[in-house]
Amino acid sequence: MDISRSRCFSLLSHVDHGKSTLADRILELCGAVDARLMREQYLDTMDLERERGITIKAQNVRLHWRDYWLHLIDTPGHVDFGYEVSRSLAACEGAVLLVDASQGIEAQTLANCYAALEADLTIVGVLNKIDLPQAEPDRRAEEIERVLGIPADELLRISAKTGEGVPELLDAVVARIPAPTGDPDAPLRALIFDSFYDSYRGVVSSVRVFDGSLVSGARLRYVQAGAVHDAEEIGVRSPIPTPVASLGPGEVGYLIAGIKEVRQARVGETVTAAANPGAELPGYRDPKPMVFCGLYPIVGDEYADLRDALEKLQLNDSSFTYEPETSGALGFGFRCGFLGLLHMEIVRERLEREYDLSLVATAPNVEYRVHLTDGKVEIIDNPSAMPPATHLEQVEEPYVTVTILTPTDYVGPLMDLSQARRGEMTKLEYLSEERVELVYELPLAEIVMDFFDLVKSRTRGYASLDYEPAAYRPSDLVKVDVLLNGVPVDAFSTIVHRQRAQDYGRRMTERLRQLIPRQLFDVPIQAAMGGRVIARETVKAKRKDVLAKCYGGDVSRKRKLLDRQKEGKRRMKQIGRVEVPQEAFVAALRLDES
Amino acid sequence: MTTPATSTPPARRSSTPEPGTLGVYVHIPFCAQRCDYCDFATWTDRAWIIDDYVDACVTDLRRRVAADELTSASSVFFGGGTPSLLDAPSLLRILDEVPRSVDAEVTVECNPDTVDVAKLATYAAGGVNRLSFGVQSMRPHVLAELGRTHQPANVTRAVDAARAVGLEHFNLDLIYGATGETLDDWRVTLDGALALDPPHVSAYALTCEPATPLGRRVAAGTTPPPDDDDQATKYEVADAALAGAGLDWYEISNWSRAGHECRHNLLTWAQGDYVGIGAAAHAHRHGVRSWNVRTPERYVERIHAGAAPEAGREHLDPVTRAEERLVLALRTRGGVPVHPDAMTETETLTRAGFLTRRGDGVRLTRRGRLLANDVTVRLLAAGAAQPAPTLSHRIPVGTR
Ligand SMILES: Nc1nc2c(ncn2[C@@H]2O[C@H](COP(=O)(O)OP(=O)(O)OP(=O)(O)O)[C@@H](O)[C@H]2O)c(=O)[nH]1
Ligand SMILES: C[S@@+](CC[C@H](N)C(=O)[O-])C[C@H]1O[C@@H](n2cnc3c(N)ncnc32)[C@H](O)[C@@H]1O
Ligand code: SF4
Ligand SMILES: [Mg+2]
Repeated sequence: MDISRSRCFSLLSHVDHGKSTLADRILELCGAVDARLMREQYLDTMDLERERGITIKAQNVRLHWRDYWLHLIDTPGHVDFGYEVSRSLAACEGAVLLVDASQGIEAQTLANCYAALEADLTIVGVLNKIDLPQAEPDRRAEEIERVLGIPADELLRISAKTGEGVPELLDAVVARIPAPTGDPDAPLRALIFDSFYDSYRGVVSSVRVFDGSLVSGARLRYVQAGAVHDAEEIGVRSPIPTPVASLGPGEVGYLIAGIKEVRQARVGETVTAAANPGAELPGYRDPKPMVFCGLYPIVGDEYADLRDALEKLQLNDSSFTYEPETSGALGFGFRCGFLGLLHMEIVRERLEREYDLSLVATAPNVEYRVHLTDGKVEIIDNPSAMPPATHLEQVEEPYVTVTILTPTDYVGPLMDLSQARRGEMTKLEYLSEERVELVYELPLAEIVMDFFDLVKSRTRGYASLDYEPAAYRPSDLVKVDVLLNGVPVDAFSTIVHRQRAQDYGRRMTERLRQLIPRQLFDVPIQAAMGGRVIARETVKAKRKDVLAKCYGGDVSRKRKLLDRQKEGKRRMKQIGRVEVPQEAFVAALRLDES
Repeated sequence: MTTPATSTPPARRSSTPEPGTLGVYVHIPFCAQRCDYCDFATWTDRAWIIDDYVDACVTDLRRRVAADELTSASSVFFGGGTPSLLDAPSLLRILDEVPRSVDAEVTVECNPDTVDVAKLATYAAGGVNRLSFGVQSMRPHVLAELGRTHQPANVTRAVDAARAVGLEHFNLDLIYGATGETLDDWRVTLDGALALDPPHVSAYALTCEPATPLGRRVAAGTTPPPDDDDQATKYEVADAALAGAGLDWYEISNWSRAGHECRHNLLTWAQGDYVGIGAAAHAHRHGVRSWNVRTPERYVERIHAGAAPEAGREHLDPVTRAEERLVLALRTRGGVPVHPDAMTETETLTRAGFLTRRGDGVRLTRRGRLLANDVTVRLLAAGAAQPAPTLSHRIPVGTR
């Protein structure tokens, strides 16, 4: 392949501004997908993506446009999946940055634009959704020029829905984004920027070749892993995986090397020729997880399956972490770290669906830095591991810098909300007459649970936000324990700011009162803070169970009913004298209805 | 001619069957109308098959007698459905085929709407000596909520008719806990029932069965499910009122004057043997529980074809058998012996007020009766049904 005829670029935007829909039109224009097999957001292949209508995983395809080969990567827009974006950028020379012509610049537009600039990519700016009656392309163009510095007259105007302007966009991609540079005769250097595990083929990696050529059957060296494997199959996704004999510089494709041990083909790995190795590529730094929770199999004997599933899923999503832990209430499981709450939900759902597991997740928390009276400093990512208050000198919690873009009308309500969440404003800037950028320093813990939803509901959906880690700061944090009949249940322990302790205690005890079935005796449920009870509820003793009606001669039915009840009892978690159904843990720790 | 009810010998309140006892259960799967709560095997649109059905029951019985499976019955129970929906001669044609001991108990379940003096006189003359009336409630709005068609006044007429023909040995079925039934409504029902001076009362907590109009209303959210606390209170009220009137509990949902216990049901609860005749009838013989095909059509078909009507069976291994014994016996006044493996649990439950000591065994207290399932499951889980040395345990008649 002639390297000057290749273009590698990512589609970037705020969530929902139309990247995957644009990818559909591009697939059609390039004749890549049979019209009968075409469907909306064709590249969103996971069930979860289709159900939620968002992209979770970046996807790459190779397409033929006029005399050029386009290597396109569709990326997710949600803030939790920023790592997918940054990995994709490392495989590209350019980016197509979409802005919804009715919404204008939003928080992830800014974040993604900065990321592309930092990666030194050429940006092709695009106003999308010009077919919408409420689209205001001229005003948005001006705003983009002012805020992002992309000249208004360079912006393309398209509708990813109707296809209008898409051929012109592809021509602009070819004209403006530089061809890759790379030496076909140099030693091979290829970057693994994504991977997944296939139960038949083993690890399947997405690669971008920078120098040399990746040839089918060649003996390869995986530099960081220090391992040698043979290239069993290399190919391109167009979008159907199609084997090819070789991939040269500036080409993106996939590589299968019969690797069953997932640790040996991590993303960020440099692949080179075993005989004639090239220098290592920069690779990636895995992002630091920000939100943590325990994941436990509902059925104890699925622990080993869960470990296996975590290992395999991590290949496809290296941005979460896991470590074994035990809980008195839930048994053996893992403490896992995630980039955000949506990320946590997605990982858990993928584990359940793709690996057929049933899981309980404990309440999410952030990571605390704990200064002990003896001068030691510890990092605590599990509330039940928090040392007793008497051993604590000081506790620090992580803060984040939150950028909110909002119409001016909502500045007041957003300031109220941020203040109530212990936020400190560091910037207020008018991007245009009717748009404001607010920047706050906020404790991460305050935004993890419901901040997004509240921002959305207080601004009728018009504001968007993005955040990145800032520093740790000392805070007045307390541990709240939940006790059933006097016995503390570690899975429900949490660390909160003193002001929020009462609220958590009330909510949790109230929820548990509804979830714990009545027992033969009264069950007190208490929330306690350092030994002091701050909320209590009681599950009143059960007075009656099924008094079966006359069952004629059908004794078997009655016995089977009791057998089921006995079986149900066996599946209950025994906390002291209290029997708690597994479902109660699941439901009590569920995040939604809070 | 009528058989005086007093000719029935008093039942023994025992958890092991009398030697030589054998029950016959005959299922009559027809009703005039389906009540909203009922999921029994019964049909309201099969009048055309009734005659064939009676014939099939007769044939089935004859075959069993010929095969020596049925020698002499100590109790016969016509259950339903609504057995009284058959004309009396048809019912007696079936009964006539059952060889029975001279003092056999013969019960017919009746809907108060479908009986009159003539019918009951024919029953009595044919050997029926016990009746069970589906009363359910004495309050019209509760009956309406239950989807029952009869008026409370019919109950009085039915009981008067029974007495007129000398059928003194009868039961009234009551249901408590329907939506809209207040505690006072329930007291009215109890008082109304007791005013008829019944020797036996069954009172059932309304159970919401999924495949019924009531079940669907509850699933759809248009009717609240029966409330456990309300039903618990009503049970306590019933137990006190009935005991006050001289009817003592002998099974969780059954109360009677001494000697008026239903012997057929006692047999069932004591794991005794019984033959099942008709659609959906259950049987227990020689350690095997079995059940017949469910619909009347299939029953008639099988019998016509000369085939056995059995649809399924379950052989009870010793553990299952022991568990079943515990499940059944614990519901009765006789209670259960204390199993050595479940000493601690028994002690715990006794101290918590769910069981009370009784000789070498225990039985449920009132609180325990309300939570019988839970208590049973705890005892089972503690190993109280591990097959153990035979601990025959009987409560002599009359000791209460
Ligand atoms: N009217 C109109 N709707 C569009 C256009 N482009 C996309 N949409 C709609 O916008 C919504 C989001 O589109 P997607 O293509 O899934 O957006 P995305 O940027 O891929 O979203 P994420 O991957 O989750 O960040 C869908 O309902 C699309 O049908 C357009 O040009 N015009
Ligand atoms: C076969 S029926 C009795 C005879 C007759 N079919 C009648 O209802 O009049 C047996 C009894 O079971 C009780 N029963 C039936 N379904 C019930 C339910 N879902 N909940 C409580 N009791 C029920 C009723 O008291 C009913 O009278
Ligand atoms: S309760 Fe009795 S009358 Fe009503 S449907 Fe059931 S069997 Fe028939
Ligand atoms: Mg998308």
